[in-house]
Amino acid sequence: MSVTYIDAIHRAQQDLLREDETVFLYGQDIGAFGGAFKATKGLKVEHPERVLDAPISEDAMVGLAVGAAIEGMKPIIEMQFADFSSVAFNQLVNQAGTHFYRTGIPVPITVRMPCGGTPGSGPFHSQMVESLYGHYPGLVVATPATVSDAYHLLKQSVMLADPVIFCEHKFLYRWLKSAAIDEEALPLGKARIVRSGKHATVVTYSAMVHEAVRAADELSKEGWEIEVVDLRTIKPMDTDCIIGSVARTGRLLALGESFPWGGVTAEVVSRVVAEGFHLLDAPPLRLNAKDSPIPYHPDLWAAHRPTPESITQKLRELLSL
Amino acid sequence: MSEGTVTESVHTQLDRELLRQVYRSMILSRTLESKLSSLYKAGKVVGGVYLGLGQEAVSASLGTLLKRGHDIFSPLIRDQAGRIAFEEDLLDATRTHLGSVKGPMRGRDGNVHRGRPREGMPAMISHLGTGLSFVAGMLLARRLRGQLAGVVGGISIGDGATSTGSFHEGLNMAAVEKLPLVVVVTDNQFAYSTPRERQFACKSLVDRAIGYGVTGHEIDGTDLVGCVKGMAEAVGNARKGGGAQLVVARLLRLCGHGEHDDASYVPAELRESSLGRDCLEVGKEQLLSAGMVTTAELEQWQLEAAEKVQTAVAIAQKESGPDPYQADWRSTSTPGMQA
Repeated sequence: MSVTYIDAIHRAQQDLLREDETVFLYGQDIGAFGGAFKATKGLKVEHPERVLDAPISEDAMVGLAVGAAIEGMKPIIEMQFADFSSVAFNQLVNQAGTHFYRTGIPVPITVRMPCGGTPGSGPFHSQMVESLYGHYPGLVVATPATVSDAYHLLKQSVMLADPVIFCEHKFLYRWLKSAAIDEEALPLGKARIVRSGKHATVVTYSAMVHEAVRAADELSKEGWEIEVVDLRTIKPMDTDCIIGSVARTGRLLALGESFPWGGVTAEVVSRVVAEGFHLLDAPPLRLNAKDSPIPYHPDLWAAHRPTPESITQKLRELLSL
Repeated sequence: MSEGTVTESVHTQLDRELLRQVYRSMILSRTLESKLSSLYKAGKVVGGVYLGLGQEAVSASLGTLLKRGHDIFSPLIRDQAGRIAFEEDLLDATRTHLGSVKGPMRGRDGNVHRGRPREGMPAMISHLGTGLSFVAGMLLARRLRGQLAGVVGGISIGDGATSTGSFHEGLNMAAVEKLPLVVVVTDNQFAYSTPRERQFACKSLVDRAIGYGVTGHEIDGTDLVGCVKGMAEAVGNARKGGGAQLVVARLLRLCGHGEHDDASYVPAELRESSLGRDCLEVGKEQLLSAGMVTTAELEQWQLEAAEKVQTAVAIAQKESGPDPYQADWRSTSTPGMQA
């Protein structure tokens, strides 16, 4: 009996609702229908008062969550798609993100963001949003890549006293399976070495972890040993782990699925250059999606985001420098 | 709506006390704001000063009808009177305007952007309309905890805020959830310099109530007795389970958007119209003619207000501002989350 990534998210919410009476879920179609991705299936039956359908009002959904959090609740908001969080942007960055600094009162909300591309989803159901929210003070941004992290990071996010943007990748929902969820949880804020190596480091997160591992597998056939670092949370960013890895390999590829201007990969490169310049044997490289809206057609989509092939190619370039 | 008179609307001792209480907060508010204006003009205020002149009757009616420690009051930019009525310490106002580190915002935010969220008074952000869903969330939390019975959440906004998406989303959401939210829109004819006909096309904003499925109330914001009466009805409805209420008060803002603004865009005929009446003058006449207050009492209230304001300003002026070298710059409550 295996557990998928979406099962882990479902189970985390089920356990949270059972364990903590201050947890409640609010989002579009999450009640009797169970959510667009079935992440809340059956939860309304178990907790009719605490699993609530929301109107199509992303701004007000987040405003409501912040108000409820001030009153001692731990709301989990489901954005139906991360793309629609742009409507809630103001409440996220100006209401939730500033509240603790301004008033000294923390805002324990978790906003689940189904993000990332799947074939055929097009420009408005495929976006990555982590770089956007990571930029703003007061927000924590989680980007789980594994089934166990989907479970544990979600539970940790909800129990954290601060607002968390929880970026769950839609491509991993049903494709990614594990035999079981790990008993032990890694601490929130720590990165993980997915695969060790000595010739180059790929620093990445979310679904790109799996694409990086594929590229590393490919290059291992030629004797290259590529280290892959999964950030797990992009804010906080575990700089020590990144620098430690670059110290071992001397080469860095920062890889992400979001748009190329600025963002997480630029942040990774700038930290390594500033704090570990002497460790580098070659200029650090970045690989992101293209600087265009995300296309609908599967052939275009597959070429828009980094693929095992394009990652392999970029790594060859890095190894040749 | 015709002007309320004391004889037709107020009969009981409770009404008398309520009116006196509201008016006393109005006097204190006007006294404080007049001082804040002077301090601003003398260059003593950090940042801007935004006053509620002419809006005291509406604001204080709402603040008085809500009970600190039980209800929720979400003030906006022109609610000094409501804040006083809701028992906000005068020091919170002076400290926040004068940049004292001892204020509730510790110099991290200023002037009207202040509150005591854990005590039922959210600290507004500048993005208009966002408070509706915030208060709705506070009320929903009380419902989930089984503590909503008899509680009301009041929120004050202006006519300009009704044009935002946040206003629409928030009011609709509160209506869907049947939450006891009282939304008080003070239609003061201008949003900064933009006149109401460039802001919305409906005859009165109260016409929107039916569209949201909430109860609408329209009051003359210059009329103290009418304000208390209309507000008591709206708050009472919400308190006894009538769901969200929309109160629209019409008046003229008797100052600029902020003290930097001379409001030269307000036509003279509007100033001279009934909308341009000063609610403090109207209220005074109403209370005196009904024998609810004596001239001597009013003078006494005025003196007390001046003394309170003097003290609150003097204390805040002596206090130091935040020390940037001691600042922790922490924007999350959990350590280590900013790496």
